Amino acid sequence: MVPLSCYLVLSGILFVCGVLGFLIKRNIITIFMSIELMLNGVNLSFVAFAAQWHALSGQVFVFFVMVVAAAEAAVGLAIIIAVYRTRETLNVDRVNLLKL
Amino acid sequence: MLHLILFLFFGLICVAGAINLLAQSHPINSALSLIVVMASLAALYLLLGAEFVAAVQVIVYAGAIMVLFVITIMLLNAGAEERTRGSRIATLIGVPGVVAGGTLVAWTLLRRPDRPAFAIGALKGGPSDIARLLFHDYLLPFEVTSVLILIAIMGAVVLASRPEAVARGPRKDGE
Amino acid sequence: MPKRHWKTKDILLSITAFLIISIVKSAAVIGVLLTAVAYSVWLERKVSAHIQNRWGPTRVGPFGLLQPLADGVKFIFKEDLTQPHVYKPLYIAAPIIAVVFAISSIAVIPFGNWVNIGPWGTYLQITDLNIGLLVVLGITSMGVYGVALAGWSSNNKYALLGGLRASAQMVSYEVSLGLSLVGVVIMAGSLSLRDIVDAQGGVFWGFIPRWNIFHGQTLAFFIYMISAYAETNRTPFDLPEAESELVAGYHTEYSAMKFAMFFMAEYANMVTVACIATLLFLGGWHGPIFGPPLLQAIMPVIWFCLKVFFFMFLYVWVRWTLPRFRYDQLMAFGWKVLLPLAVANVVYTALVVAWRA
Repeated sequence: MVPLSCYLVLSGILFVCGVLGFLIKRNIITIFMSIELMLNGVNLSFVAFAAQWHALSGQVFVFFVMVVAAAEAAVGLAIIIAVYRTRETLNVDRVNLLKL
Repeated sequence: MLHLILFLFFGLICVAGAINLLAQSHPINSALSLIVVMASLAALYLLLGAEFVAAVQVIVYAGAIMVLFVITIMLLNAGAEERTRGSRIATLIGVPGVVAGGTLVAWTLLRRPDRPAFAIGALKGGPSDIARLLFHDYLLPFEVTSVLILIAIMGAVVLASRPEAVARGPRKDGE
Repeated sequence: MPKRHWKTKDILLSITAFLIISIVKSAAVIGVLLTAVAYSVWLERKVSAHIQNRWGPTRVGPFGLLQPLADGVKFIFKEDLTQPHVYKPLYIAAPIIAVVFAISSIAVIPFGNWVNIGPWGTYLQITDLNIGLLVVLGITSMGVYGVALAGWSSNNKYALLGGLRASAQMVSYEVSLGLSLVGVVIMAGSLSLRDIVDAQGGVFWGFIPRWNIFHGQTLAFFIYMISAYAETNRTPFDLPEAESELVAGYHTEYSAMKFAMFFMAEYANMVTVACIATLLFLGGWHGPIFGPPLLQAIMPVIWFCLKVFFFMFLYVWVRWTLPRFRYDQLMAFGWKVLLPLAVANVVYTALVVAWRA
């Protein structure tokens, strides 16, 4: 028997790790992965609440989050490839000018 | 009891993977630790009884999205991360702020341990119940997300193809 | 309280029985699978030899039947080279990832119906899940990492090209593979492999079996087979290890047992694909049952094995019949031909099922 709060705390830890990665990482791909980590943390709390209230719609929302994450990954990685082509770097600190 | 042991096991793997994602300097190691996080999250979903979500988590997240990440890392031949300064405000205020906020949330949640606990497989309802929700109650959001996916596909193709290739038109066979 | 005490003991007993049955079943299935993998290598060598008018392995044992054993001994005693320029942790992990995911998908595959052995009875399946098909898809989709990481960590241009090709190809063909199975799932109304097989019992007009391949899913069957060949990196889609351009593709830098693990993973994946094709399109263990009672009892398993054997034979047959695709042809075929066909099949099946309902 595990209370709901344990699941929520775990999801919070994952979310905080994601935010920290977003703040301290400099590689644009790793930053992007931190965003995925945050989404995963949120998904866990959705499923935990669905189990708490016996409501299946929580699982449907997880499904939608995954769809959005997939769309985001496709477009985001395409942007990363385009950026790498023009700048030849993945460091976000070197991608701070609008014009080459 | 069994639930608690399994929860602690997979939860610890999750947290270890998330921290490893931050600690590793090479993006491919970060990507692999993220895959570990996702796989153990799938196990946690199974514990909660959300079998369909667990399967979709493995297929979509670990099996498709993360493969895209790994392909991109391999394609760009990304090396280890350069340590540059970054935004000083983000590091000085953001990091302690996020940690403090997270601790506050955790403290608030754990302050009342008398919340009802749930057993293994608390969620009832198989794939067909989810399908009914998805294709009946949430039909409009579902269709909107499919349009979103279509737009994302087109955007990805346009962004990732070279500008000259777009200007030249589709490639003829044997060119 | 004696009653409570008795209850705990009862629960413990049932848990022990469950554990013992599960362990015995898993050990038996993995043993059979590994033997099947070893002998499909023998089958491939023998059949390809006969297709090319050669003899194939003949020296070790009658008809070369002990050849897999000799190969295994050779793999174990070969020198295990690790080049200095590889990225070691992933270089070692990659073959293990490949083989683990290839073998573990067998866990949800049913081989036959309920059997009674003395007082006990069990399904011929390690575990029946109500999302069995999704589990198989999930595990096979994780198998990409073994190939991709092997290519990347070898730090070799041929291996990297092979790994890149493999991951792009497997991700692309997974889409049409998954969509081709949707039609079957709609027909059966369940994701459990056992329910899908049970939905295919019976015959049309007294002699045509009600298998999905004869029941409106013929197109889906061919889409599934083509994408499954691409998923397992077999000819005509073996671009990731195309020996005429990429040396050996993603496993160029591997030797001895590590190479053998990739080999085992490839053949185990082939067995899984053959099992899924049998279960979903050829009616699983359904088939005419005749003969004495003992034979009748094992007849379903024999039918299942025969169908799986047919698909393994088909793999080799196709390999020595069709030439390899070019990479852009492969991608164009997957996205522009197979995917629209698979979607059309889903729409068609859904319309027919809705019309009948």
